Amino acid sequence: MTETIDVRGLSCPEPVMEVRNALSGKKTGEFTVLVSNATARDNVKRAVSSLGWKVEIKEIADGFELNLTR
Amino acid sequence: MSREKLLVIVSGMIIGVLAVILVHLGNPANMGFCIACFIRDISGSLGLHGAEVVQYLRPEIMGLILGSFAAAILFREFKPSGGSAPATRFVLGIIMMVGALVFLGCPLRMLLRLAGGDLNALVALPGYVAGIWVGTFFLKSRFTLGKSFPQGSSEGYTAPAAAVILLVFLVMAPPFVLFSENGPGSEYAFWGVALGAGLLVGLLAQRSRICTMGGIRDLILFKDTHLFAGLVALLLVVFVGKLAAGFFEPGFTGQPVAHTDGIWNFLGMLIVGWGAVLAGGCPLRQLILSGEGSSDGLITLLGLAAGAAIAHNFGLAASPEGVSLYGQAATGISLLLLLIIGILNSRSGLSNKTNAGSSVAGD
Repeated sequence: MTETIDVRGLSCPEPVMEVRNALSGKKTGEFTVLVSNATARDNVKRAVSSLGWKVEIKEIADGFELNLTR
Repeated sequence: MSREKLLVIVSGMIIGVLAVILVHLGNPANMGFCIACFIRDISGSLGLHGAEVVQYLRPEIMGLILGSFAAAILFREFKPSGGSAPATRFVLGIIMMVGALVFLGCPLRMLLRLAGGDLNALVALPGYVAGIWVGTFFLKSRFTLGKSFPQGSSEGYTAPAAAVILLVFLVMAPPFVLFSENGPGSEYAFWGVALGAGLLVGLLAQRSRICTMGGIRDLILFKDTHLFAGLVALLLVVFVGKLAAGFFEPGFTGQPVAHTDGIWNFLGMLIVGWGAVLAGGCPLRQLILSGEGSSDGLITLLGLAAGAAIAHNFGLAASPEGVSLYGQAATGISLLLLLIIGILNSRSGLSNKTNAGSSVAGD
């Protein structure tokens, strides 16, 4: 079951903080993160990569979808 | 090192180099770039305040917006968006300008002043860090100004269009635009060079997302040095440049466009740091965001411009002689407003704790 974290429209660093909160304590899993702009995309990618999550990015109509797995 | 981090560092270095060049070509000392000062000058030039020594349509500002706009278009990142707490963002813009004019500079100029040997900036820097540190407490209490939403294109084109109109005003100099005949407002590099410098920095800042507040905030929150590296690069380049050119003059007194009131330098920058965390970006970053189509960024800029008018019309802005009584009162009011805005928009922790505390207050 993939959990979706929708942080579209939030100002930095809120997307990163929301995603970090959602991931905290999770050893493995699949998450979908929705962001509305490239800055949030890059910031979330950098943050979760440093935590050891694999990230795949897809462009969607109103932003980007990041698929995280670990 | 990642390509992105290298870009942040290179951006910091180029901002530093251009800042030194702009001062050499005529900008006020330690004011190669100062977003607060420049918006204040534009505000004065349009007649929003009557401080005759700080009135000029600084083309660096228009360049920054248009450079960001060009980069955003080029890299398909131009996205009209907005609608996240416009009134609160406007007030945060006013507050940041009041803080900046109590210190006499935005965070970018604080770094430039520091690199030039102005030790008053060394007092202000801990204030800025402290303000950001306080701001992160609110972020941890899930502070948010709410979501922004996609908007129609006119919302996104407003900032770049306004920048073009201001450039036309600068070149045509219609009689209703005011230009200082002396003081800092009368000191400027040739407009073409200043515009070019602004364009280049706007482009780089859009690509690198460099932000004077973000660099320190991410270091405090996540121990992330990504943006911080750019600030260190900027500081070092200007420091070395000034040292090599013989312009490094360390000291507290006699520094250009500065005062020596330590406590107010500290508190002024504390306000800017705290306000920038709540607004999601320092004044430079707000300019870049407005170029990318964010009307939240633009409304913060309008707040900064209104803040400049308030600061000079009400006599709140500091002068080389120091900070007026009104300026000191405005500092206190700004701190109180930041606390209120912070508490009212935090979703956990602070506001609940405040309520819990008040239940025993009657004893």
